[in-house]
Amino acid sequence: MNRFAQLLAYPLAIFLFVASAAAADSHTIIIKKFMFNPMDVTVTAGTDVTWENQDGEPHTVVSLTNDFRSQALDEKDKFSHTFDKPGTYKYLCSIHPKMVGTITVVAK
Amino acid sequence: MADDFNPSRRRALQCMAFGGAGTLFTLSGGIVTPMALAQAATEKMSGLPLFLQISDTHIGFNKDANPDVAGTLKETIALVNAMKTRPALTIHTGDITHLSRASEFDNALGLMQDLRAGELHTVPGEHDVTDGAGTEYFARFGKASDNRGYYSFDHQGVHFIGLVNVMNFKPNGLGGFGDEQLAWLKNDLAARSSSAPIVVFAHMPMWTILESWGWGTGDAEQALSYLRRFGSVTILNGHIHQIVQKVEGNITFHTARSTAYPQPQAGVGDGPGPLVVPAGQLRHMLGITDIRLQRHHLSLTDTTLV
Repeated sequence: MNRFAQLLAYPLAIFLFVASAAAADSHTIIIKKFMFNPMDVTVTAGTDVTWENQDGEPHTVVSLTNDFRSQALDEKDKFSHTFDKPGTYKYLCSIHPKMVGTITVVAK
Repeated sequence: MADDFNPSRRRALQCMAFGGAGTLFTLSGGIVTPMALAQAATEKMSGLPLFLQISDTHIGFNKDANPDVAGTLKETIALVNAMKTRPALTIHTGDITHLSRASEFDNALGLMQDLRAGELHTVPGEHDVTDGAGTEYFARFGKASDNRGYYSFDHQGVHFIGLVNVMNFKPNGLGGFGDEQLAWLKNDLAARSSSAPIVVFAHMPMWTILESWGWGTGDAEQALSYLRRFGSVTILNGHIHQIVQKVEGNITFHTARSTAYPQPQAGVGDGPGPLVVPAGQLRHMLGITDIRLQRHHLSLTDTTLV
């Protein structure tokens, strides 16, 4: 869609690019040094959140309310979950429960 | 057995010195006493080989800290198989695998088949149950415990209790047993004579070594309250990939080395991850613990791969 718009008119392309960035539908959380970074994230409903482990030690992403659960993520492994429903989702690493995070999902 | 409890002897043994290459732990009336292996070799070592503790094999790990964990497990097995007397039991205190994968469990079991030691007992580590339910772990090791993970058995007059403290994690928390398991433990111990020697094995340390790294068990105190009346309690844990020990009354706490890779000392660095050491040093930091039943006490010996 954007690409098509760019062909039509440069100013329109800029507008659409900015608009689509503002309504980002993906978000990455880096797992490094035994922390979720950032720990607290707010996204709009429908956002695809990806966790990427950059530690040599495996970690997991486990919802406290059983809404999502990754396998053990080895170094460089990723896990994604799409948050469709507004709400507050707390999670931890089940290997290192000191590692906690929150995803807050707001309506579009 | 109650006659073996002799505080003056305990005190005398307590004064013995720490050793260099290895350390022998003599348990008398519930007190573990470290003494140099060189010194121990001059004592009469006619103890009955009771069991072997192996821990944190982490099959599936392949990073810089040890790219060949299967190789070091094989070396460990060769070390055990070369022992003069065959241990009657092998206890694996968890983290058999690194990522709880079926192939990792199968590799670990395949390797451990070569262990010329008695029957294998296990408790899971948190790396073995990363799917939450521990499906792959219980498919292979659930039978002894009716798929609860925790269970007890008797061997040579010693009461053995395997506990699970890696499946009850709370946010920001330590390891945990949970109420159901604690109730089971209380019941398991209720009818036993206080003179029965007890060996408890669980993956995570049953005392808090470093809370911020999760090196402890949040509800361990309740379990210990059931164990305090016994004259000889030996608690064997893994998880931290290094030897740390503590004596509290008649309870001896001891953590085993890993066969896979070392971890930093408590609080050193970013967190409790694999520690990369110079290649020549690795095998000095990996090893096993073997436990002998002497006439009147249990003795623990820690041995490294080299």
